[in-house]
Amino acid sequence: MSSMENHESEPRAIERPAWSTRETSEGAQGLFPRRITEPGEIGRESGAVLRLPEGPVLDPSQIDIDRPDDETMIINMGPQHPSTHGVLRLMLELDGEVVLRTKSVIGYLHTGMERTGEDLTYVQGATNVTRMDYLSPLHNELVFSMATEALLGIEVPPRAVWIRTLMCELNRVGSHLMWMATNGMDLGSTSMMIYGLREREMIMTFFEKTTGLRFNTNYIRPGGVAADLPDGWLDDIEVICDTVEARSFEYDDLLTGQPIFRERTEGVGSLTAEEALALGVTGPLLRSTGVPWDLRRTMPYMAYGELDFDVIVGTYGDNFDRYAIRLAEIRESIKMIRQLIEKMPSGDYRLQDPKVTPPPRGRIDTSMEALIHHFKIFTEGFKVPEGEVYTAIESPRGELGCYIVSDGSSKPYRMHIRGPSFVNLQCLPLLLRGGLLSDAVAVISSVDPVMGEVDR
Amino acid sequence: MSDASIGILSGVPQQAGIGVDQIAFPSRDGYQGLVSSLRDSGFELCADLCAVDYLTHPGRRLPDGIGPERFEIVVNLLSLSQKRRLRIRVQVPEAEPVVDSLFDVYPGTEAMEREAFDLFGIRFAGHPDLTRILMPEDWEGHPLRKDFGDGRVPVQFKEIPGPR
Repeated sequence: MSSMENHESEPRAIERPAWSTRETSEGAQGLFPRRITEPGEIGRESGAVLRLPEGPVLDPSQIDIDRPDDETMIINMGPQHPSTHGVLRLMLELDGEVVLRTKSVIGYLHTGMERTGEDLTYVQGATNVTRMDYLSPLHNELVFSMATEALLGIEVPPRAVWIRTLMCELNRVGSHLMWMATNGMDLGSTSMMIYGLREREMIMTFFEKTTGLRFNTNYIRPGGVAADLPDGWLDDIEVICDTVEARSFEYDDLLTGQPIFRERTEGVGSLTAEEALALGVTGPLLRSTGVPWDLRRTMPYMAYGELDFDVIVGTYGDNFDRYAIRLAEIRESIKMIRQLIEKMPSGDYRLQDPKVTPPPRGRIDTSMEALIHHFKIFTEGFKVPEGEVYTAIESPRGELGCYIVSDGSSKPYRMHIRGPSFVNLQCLPLLLRGGLLSDAVAVISSVDPVMGEVDR
Repeated sequence: MSDASIGILSGVPQQAGIGVDQIAFPSRDGYQGLVSSLRDSGFELCADLCAVDYLTHPGRRLPDGIGPERFEIVVNLLSLSQKRRLRIRVQVPEAEPVVDSLFDVYPGTEAMEREAFDLFGIRFAGHPDLTRILMPEDWEGHPLRKDFGDGRVPVQFKEIPGPR
């Protein structure tokens, strides 16, 4: 390759021109012509992940870093593009219709929630984290509460554990239904969008009945949950389980066997297990490559150790596997919900520790001590011992982690959320390379990024 | 725990943590090499990388032989085969906030290191594209530093109504 020899003999001018940094505020974060991009970065944007010859690998040194710019075209997709699931901006280098390089430009939804978390007490913290991944708010609340409880060294009562598990599984069903809806729409099936949203609405209604809100529920809090399950919850959940399970087989009729859908998903956006692990990809994306890694099974938390369920894995790591895994996970979650309502223990729904959880409303009128505890918890919060902790749970998108450093006060010294979407987005250059531009929409959808969590 | 990781971690100051058996505190020079050997000994996945600014909380508990510095890089490794986690904390001085990049060991740390650079101003030697990721390109300062001074610029969200 003569162009490669050229590169080695004289250093490339990688000084970026002034226009790339001054004209627009996000200039230098974008995708640039090859002549002003570092060779290592070209490799990353082309999806060269593995350094060792482990399977079909793109060797970074084999990339044509000096390909003339007049043969290719750099286009911008998003952040206002309707199928980028929010404000994801992709810059793509195209050769005709074939994608050569991809770079995702994020930060359009950045609201500094990790910084806000340092200004809120542990009592208020759940209202902040619940807004990150807005499709699975309960998982965010759970991971934050688990981290706080680990620092405090407290155990929540069994009923609170089981309610948490139940609500998280309902939330997983809702999140996967939302994914089925948007994925169907991205692939041209408007019916699927209507069906997915219709079923999810039942779960949203149940959340509203239980927590008072459809989204951003602030239901799971350090020490337990905010309220007990409402009257008639058993009937509501049985209706949800029966309806969603029956209708999940209608989705099979609608999509799984449909030739157009299969054509657009099978073999598109393939990922191998080695590449997924190297990129830190977790959740359905990792399981689609055949790695049976699900934190609910492998590192059980809450009540998952006592439930009987299957971990769904794929084979090829393509779009169709990811679709099939999410559809099967809806059914597995329904199976878990049925076990949860059957074994739901009675007792307290939150810890009866006046230093951590507020006293029952009735006692505030009769007990001075209860009134003082109530006032202290909602004004300055509770103090958490010094230390640091990392907890992780399986959210619908992968490993959702929370790292909290406490300095002994009532506010986290540092609160960091490991968002699975943020990490999973890094596999886009690899999934899109060599594919058609029209498949890019299907691939973005199958990664299932939630931009609230990516940008935080 | 596998025998391999015991050998790799011998000589590195350690302490036990909440929910994790081991927290290793390598020096900045030995950090990349340690993580690289740990990956080869079975830690397939780098779950998380983030930074902490300990400016206003210097008296944290550290093992003997580790002097507290202002910044800390916290890496959470995950072993799928052994079903265990391991945390690595590296002290990064304020005067020279540079550490080696883990990009060559775990390509998936690319975005996380960019985030740590963006929000804390810690530079990663060997990173292919160290630019801001969450903040706008022309942003000044690193907003998660404790001395950033957020709120120093008053923001008027709504125009004051003029005289009637």
